[in-house]
Amino acid sequence: MLRITVLILAALVGPGAAAVQAAELVVYSARNEQLIRPLFEAYERDRGVTIRFVTDKAGPLLARLKAEGASSPADLLITVDAGNLWHAAREGALAPVRSAVLARNIPAHLRDPGGRWYGLSVRARTIVYHRERVKPAELSTYEALAEPRWKGRLCLRTAKKVYNQSLVAALIAHHGEAGAERVVRGWVANLAAPVFSSDTKVLEAIAAGQCDVGIVNTYYYGRLLKKKPDLPLVLFWPNQETTGVHINVSGAGVTAHAPHRAEAVRFLEWLSGEQAQHLFADVNLEYPANPAVQPDPRVAAWGRFKADDLNLAEVGRLQAAAIRLMDRAGYR
Amino acid sequence: MARAAAGAGPPGIGAWLNVNVGGWRAASLLLAAVVAAPLLVLAASSLHPDARVWQHLSATVLPGLLRNTLVLTLGVGSGVLVLGTGLAWLTAMCEFPGRRWFDWALMLPLAVPAYVLAFVAVGLLDYGGPVQTALRRWLGPGQWLPPIRSEGGVIAVMVLAFYPYVYMLARAAFLNQGRRMLETGRVLGLGPVAAFCRATLPVARPALAAGTALALMETLADFGAVSVFNYDTFTTAIYKAWFGFFSLTTAAQLALLLLAFVALALYLERRLRGRARYEVVLRPGQDPRYRLRGGRAWGATLLCLGVLALGFLVPAGQLAAWAWEVWREELDSRYAAFMFNTLTLGAVAAGATTFAALMLSYTYRLRPDPLTRGAVRVATLGYALPGSVLAVGIMLSFVWIDRRLGGWFGHWLDGPLLTGSLLALVLAYVVRFLAVAYGPVDNAFERIKPSILQVARCLGAGNLEILRRLSIPMLRTGLVSALLLVFVEVMKEMPATLLLRPFGWTTLATRIFELTSEGEWERAALPALTLVAVGLIPVALLVRRSAQA
Repeated sequence: MLRITVLILAALVGPGAAAVQAAELVVYSARNEQLIRPLFEAYERDRGVTIRFVTDKAGPLLARLKAEGASSPADLLITVDAGNLWHAAREGALAPVRSAVLARNIPAHLRDPGGRWYGLSVRARTIVYHRERVKPAELSTYEALAEPRWKGRLCLRTAKKVYNQSLVAALIAHHGEAGAERVVRGWVANLAAPVFSSDTKVLEAIAAGQCDVGIVNTYYYGRLLKKKPDLPLVLFWPNQETTGVHINVSGAGVTAHAPHRAEAVRFLEWLSGEQAQHLFADVNLEYPANPAVQPDPRVAAWGRFKADDLNLAEVGRLQAAAIRLMDRAGYR
Repeated sequence: MARAAAGAGPPGIGAWLNVNVGGWRAASLLLAAVVAAPLLVLAASSLHPDARVWQHLSATVLPGLLRNTLVLTLGVGSGVLVLGTGLAWLTAMCEFPGRRWFDWALMLPLAVPAYVLAFVAVGLLDYGGPVQTALRRWLGPGQWLPPIRSEGGVIAVMVLAFYPYVYMLARAAFLNQGRRMLETGRVLGLGPVAAFCRATLPVARPALAAGTALALMETLADFGAVSVFNYDTFTTAIYKAWFGFFSLTTAAQLALLLLAFVALALYLERRLRGRARYEVVLRPGQDPRYRLRGGRAWGATLLCLGVLALGFLVPAGQLAAWAWEVWREELDSRYAAFMFNTLTLGAVAAGATTFAALMLSYTYRLRPDPLTRGAVRVATLGYALPGSVLAVGIMLSFVWIDRRLGGWFGHWLDGPLLTGSLLALVLAYVVRFLAVAYGPVDNAFERIKPSILQVARCLGAGNLEILRRLSIPMLRTGLVSALLLVFVEVMKEMPATLLLRPFGWTTLATRIFELTSEGEWERAALPALTLVAVGLIPVALLVRRSAQA
């Protein structure tokens, strides 16, 4: 009995005790497996480096990094949204990286001024409208969706989603808290239905006629369009005369206690290059962060736009204020 | 023979038997410590309150959340109690068309995770969904159904997802007590309803309470289903504090507050139950069932069929339809590994958890002193914690242990022993699901007359022998129920699996996470359907067991 117990224990402990070998990288990723695995496989083929990874939400991964501290096996943290990256940096989980390659490939507003994280793909959060019930001339800015003429015509996703928190953080950066709060209160007053749990649901609600206009990330639109080619929805690029379309990134940073730091930096540089940028962005219909790399033809077909060049670290910094603001304004 | 004895319970079998319970007690206390460690870690992290986050939450969202949580708890609690007890009574005591089939089929919703049920319900019934779209096409524009994304909707979905806990335990209790309690009541001049309420229900009360407690703890811990409805509960505040304000400390404090709430509720239930004890001696054979006729019989069939359709057939059908669209791109050889991983984890964790519950419950019977009682209470609270919060607590305590071990045995150890190992994951499951296993095991213990054990002791049987030759055979139904329940729960579990699994270790539940985290629900239908299908095996076994009781 005892022997069996010991054997079982040994079998259970085995994988954890196995040492992390030399030509290897360990990645903690909040970007999900099917979006990130093709990149790992390509890099493994190209460079002969074995990549091991776990995926989870950003919060638990960051908690794990912090708890493991100096003994963490992780070399790289990949996560979505500038707020998560900014926070990981502030918690000291990420180490600064100085690299000429990264500085050349990734525009300044898409990376941490301290070099602790780099945006690798860009997602645009823009306005979408119903082809028959809205004329494009009615639309202008995110802020204008707060005007009374949109009463009962607006659909939004929940304020719990980090994408909306970043959007409101950008509004705070441009208009101050009071100005942003007026806009958010206007949105809430214009809602046609309780806020939705996902961007896809917002798109479906507009298509079904529950409302006329909404704010979504473009790749959700692309994904739904692939499934339903006759979708009566059109994207609109707002704020072209003013601040530009709100964008966010998914990105990565080398961890503070990376056991394979040099290898991790090389991987990060490779991720910013042309081949990886295509893989990174196209698989999810996002925009490459490297401006020299063209987006997927399906994405390019939605047209070019002026993007907000506010530094995303600022968006991250203001995110907590944005959440408080949305709580006050009753945006759930 | 069934016997209901009200009055003072025995001070503990251990005292009667005069056996040495030291070893058992020490083992149980150690177990409770392992379970309590994550909670203590969370509590310790709460010594530095983040005043700003607290102030903001209590000034803006907390009052509404408390109200919502209360409404949800009351709604789901009374819903599962009525539905679970009613269905259990029908299938345990009555005969109607399809009864044999419903016996086990009514357990099937247990195999469907609540967040899957929620997603399917909203997907089908919301304004943009197929049902309302079809209604608008026939009847003209407008809203033709009450909105599904509402308080009533979220309560209905959770009742459908969680009633099987009550159903299963109540059914076993009804089968055990047979018709005699009710008929005794009738003989004493009570009407059928009064006899049911005053004789049958009180004897089944521990089972009903245990089932409802499980359902409510699951409700309080739920985040997936409520976020599909965007219905804000206390759990929402916990996640807002953590993921929004990045204050794990505040999240932990809120979680502990939630636990206090749960502990108080459980305590009140026990107090209200008082010192009454109900012991039922297992009898061979079964009483004949009440044969329902005509309208009543078909009414019963229709009710069962309706619940089954809403709780299982429709969601499983929707999953199957989605899975059919995507299986070519999604299904590959990895699914064999996913299933193997899922089943292995489920089996190992179920065995470990049930053993832990047995040990705890037995020690408690041997000597219910305040320390042991406290250990039991603490050990069975983990189920009410939101999964991610508990997962982080477990991880923090494992990291701490690893540090200590590294300090002592650093020379021999090649990296962390616990974090990222399967052992850690299994321990996490034990912590999380001990309450699930403890309910059925303790319930079975509750129904064993102490005198039987005393007789065994008089005949010279030792502790282990009593456990092996008497308790375990008599507890078999409870033990098997516990094993299978934990098995199903572990397969569905997501947050702890995600955070603590070894590299490359994917289960069906983590696969669902990968796909749903970017909103690809249709592709997630394949792993979800596989999970439901694999979950059917233990559920079917569970029902066969309780049918034989």
